[in-house]
Amino acid sequence: MEEIIISTIQRTMVAGTPLLLATTGEILCERSGILNLGVEGVMAVGAVVAFIVTMTTGQPWLGVLAAMGAGMAISVIHAFASISLQANQVVSGLALTMLGLGLSGMMGKPYVGRPLSVKMENVAIPYLSDIPYIGKALFYQSPFFYLAVVLALVAWFFLERTRLGIQVRSAGENPKATETQGVNVYVVRYWSVIIGGAFSALAGAHLSISYSKSWVEGMTAGRGWIAIALTIFALWNPGRAIWASFVFGGIFVAQYLMQPLGISPNFLAMLPYISTLVILLVISLGDPRKLNAPAMLATPFKRGER
Amino acid sequence: MIHFTTSDRYNITAFRSFMTNVGSLGAGLLVISIIFLVAGVNPIFAISEIFMGSFGSVYGIKETITKAIPLILIGAGLTLAFRAKFWNIGAEGQLLMGAIFAVWTAQTLGDSLPGPVTVPLVFLAGFIGGAFWGIIPAILKIKYSINEVITTLMLNYICAEFLTMLIVGPWKGKTRFGFPGTDNLPDAAILSIIPGTRIHYATLILAIVCAIVLCVVIYKTRFGYEARVVGENPDAGKYAGINFLRTSLILMAISGGLAGFAGVGEVAGIHHYLGYPASVSSGYGFTAIIVAWLAKLNPLYAILSGLVFAGIIVGGDAIQISLGLPAATVEIVNGTLLIFLIMGDYFLHNKIKITFGK
Repeated sequence: MEEIIISTIQRTMVAGTPLLLATTGEILCERSGILNLGVEGVMAVGAVVAFIVTMTTGQPWLGVLAAMGAGMAISVIHAFASISLQANQVVSGLALTMLGLGLSGMMGKPYVGRPLSVKMENVAIPYLSDIPYIGKALFYQSPFFYLAVVLALVAWFFLERTRLGIQVRSAGENPKATETQGVNVYVVRYWSVIIGGAFSALAGAHLSISYSKSWVEGMTAGRGWIAIALTIFALWNPGRAIWASFVFGGIFVAQYLMQPLGISPNFLAMLPYISTLVILLVISLGDPRKLNAPAMLATPFKRGER
Repeated sequence: MIHFTTSDRYNITAFRSFMTNVGSLGAGLLVISIIFLVAGVNPIFAISEIFMGSFGSVYGIKETITKAIPLILIGAGLTLAFRAKFWNIGAEGQLLMGAIFAVWTAQTLGDSLPGPVTVPLVFLAGFIGGAFWGIIPAILKIKYSINEVITTLMLNYICAEFLTMLIVGPWKGKTRFGFPGTDNLPDAAILSIIPGTRIHYATLILAIVCAIVLCVVIYKTRFGYEARVVGENPDAGKYAGINFLRTSLILMAISGGLAGFAGVGEVAGIHHYLGYPASVSSGYGFTAIIVAWLAKLNPLYAILSGLVFAGIIVGGDAIQISLGLPAATVEIVNGTLLIFLIMGDYFLHNKIKITFGK
C-alpha cells in the first residue's frame, strides 16, 4: 500500500510537470494580451529537437537548450503575425500548431522508436528526500519537476512584484495607456510570446527526454491544449497554476489506476478532457467574473489608433 | 533609410481580395519550398508532384473531388461560425458525432425501408448528431462564458474516445473477425457513387446546395445579419436586442450539422462501416478551418477553396509514396499556407508606402 501511495504521488508530479511548464508560459503570454494557441505545436517541436540533440550529442541539457531555442524561434512567427501584422490570434495560433506538429513529424521521422541511451537521472534533494512518504514522492524527482515549480514561482514573482511584470500585465489590460507611459507594448508582447514559447518547448523536452525517453509522432497528445485550459483554470496566476497542473497530473494518473477496475480504457482516456469542461463550468457557476481574462486578450493593438 | 508608413485601406475590392490570396499562397509556397530544400527534397519536383497527383490525372481529380466533399461542407459551416467570431475548432468531433448518429440510425432501420427513404433519414440523423455536439459549446459560451476554443477542442477528444469505446465494445461487429469496427451498414443506407470513382454524389450535391443556401442566409436574411453583428459589433448587437443565445445556438447547430453531414458522407459513402476515428476523418475538421479562411468567410468560395485543399491532401498522399516523406508533410504545407493567408490580410486592410531618404 505504502509503495502504491508513493508511486501515485510521484507519477502525479511527473504527469503534471509538462502541464505546469506550458501553462506558466501561456500565462505569461496571455497576460501581455496575446492568445497563443500554438502551444501544442511548439511543445512537439521542443520534444523532437530535445530528443535529436540529446541523442546525437549525449548531452541532455544541450538538448533542453536547443529545444528552448527552437521553441523561441518558431514562436516568433506567431508574434510577428499577431503583434506586427495584427492578424487574428486564434487562427495564427492554430496555424502554428499545424506547422509545429508537421515540422516535428518530419524532423523526427528517422528517430521514431529509437530509445535514448543517456538518461536524465532523478535528483534527490538532501534531507528533504528522507522524509517518510512524501520525501520520496516529492523530493526525488526529475530535474524538470523542480525546474517547473521554481519557474512558476519566478513567473509569479515577476508578474506580481516587478516593474517589468507590471508592464506585461498592463500591456494586456490597456495597451494604449501603457504606450503613453513610454512602454513599448510591441516589445513587451514580443518577448512574452517568445519566452512563452521557450516554456512550451521545455514541456516538450520533458516529454521526450525525461518522461518517455523516446520520440513518437503526436506524443504531446493534447497536453498543449490542456495547458491553455489550465491557464483559465489557474485564472492567469502562475501560483495557482502549480496546484492546478498537479491536479490534472493526478487525473492522468487516475486513468492507469482505474484500469484494473474494468472500466473502459477509452472512457478513462476521456477523463482529462471531461474534467477540463467540468472544472471550467464549476468556476463559472461559482463566480463568472473570475473567468475574466486580461481585458485586451486576443485584441490586436495598433499604434496611433484612437 | 527606408521608411514604411501605413494607412487604412477602405476600398477593398473582390479583385484585390483575390489577388491578396494569390500573393499569400505564392509566398507560402516559397517558404514551403525552402522547408523541402532543407529536408533534402527538390521543392520544384515535390510541388509539381503534389499538383500532378491531385489535378494532373483522372484518378487524381476523382480523389480530389471525393475529399473535397467533407471540406466544402465543413468549410461552409465554419464561415458562418467564424463570421460571428464563434471559433469552432470542434468540427472534427461534430463530424464524428454525425457519423455515430448516422450509423446508429442506419443499423436500427436496417433494410426495412427502401433506400430513398433511408438515406435522407440517415443524413438527418447525422445533422442532428453534429448539431447536438455543436450547440454544447454554444450554451457553455453564452450562458457560462466559457471560451469556445477550449470546449470545442475538448469535445473533439471526448467524441473520438467515445466512438472508439463504441467500436471496441457494444458496437463491435461480428463480421470484423475481432477487429474494432461495426458491421457494414445495410444496403439501403449506402450512398451510390459515380461508377469508377469514389464520389458519393448525393453528398457532393448536398455540399454545393448547402454552400449556396448558406451564402443566401448570410447575406440576405435577418439571421445572417444578426450573426455578422454578433461577430463584428457585439455591443451594438446587445442594444439592438439581438438574442445572443438564440443566434449562437442556431449558427452552431448549422455549423455542427454540416460537419455531421460530412460524417454521414464518409461512413455511408466511403467506408460503409464505423471504424477508428482517424480513419473516419483524416483531420477534415481542422483543414476546413483553412478552407473557410481562404474563402474569405464566404461559403460560396468554400467550394473552390475546398477543392484546393482536397488537392493538397491527395497530392500530399502522392508525394508520401513517391518521395518517402512523412504524413506530417501535409500539415507543414497547411500550417504555412494558413499563416501566410492571415498575414496577407494585413496587406489587404493597410496601404503601405515605402519612401527612401532621411
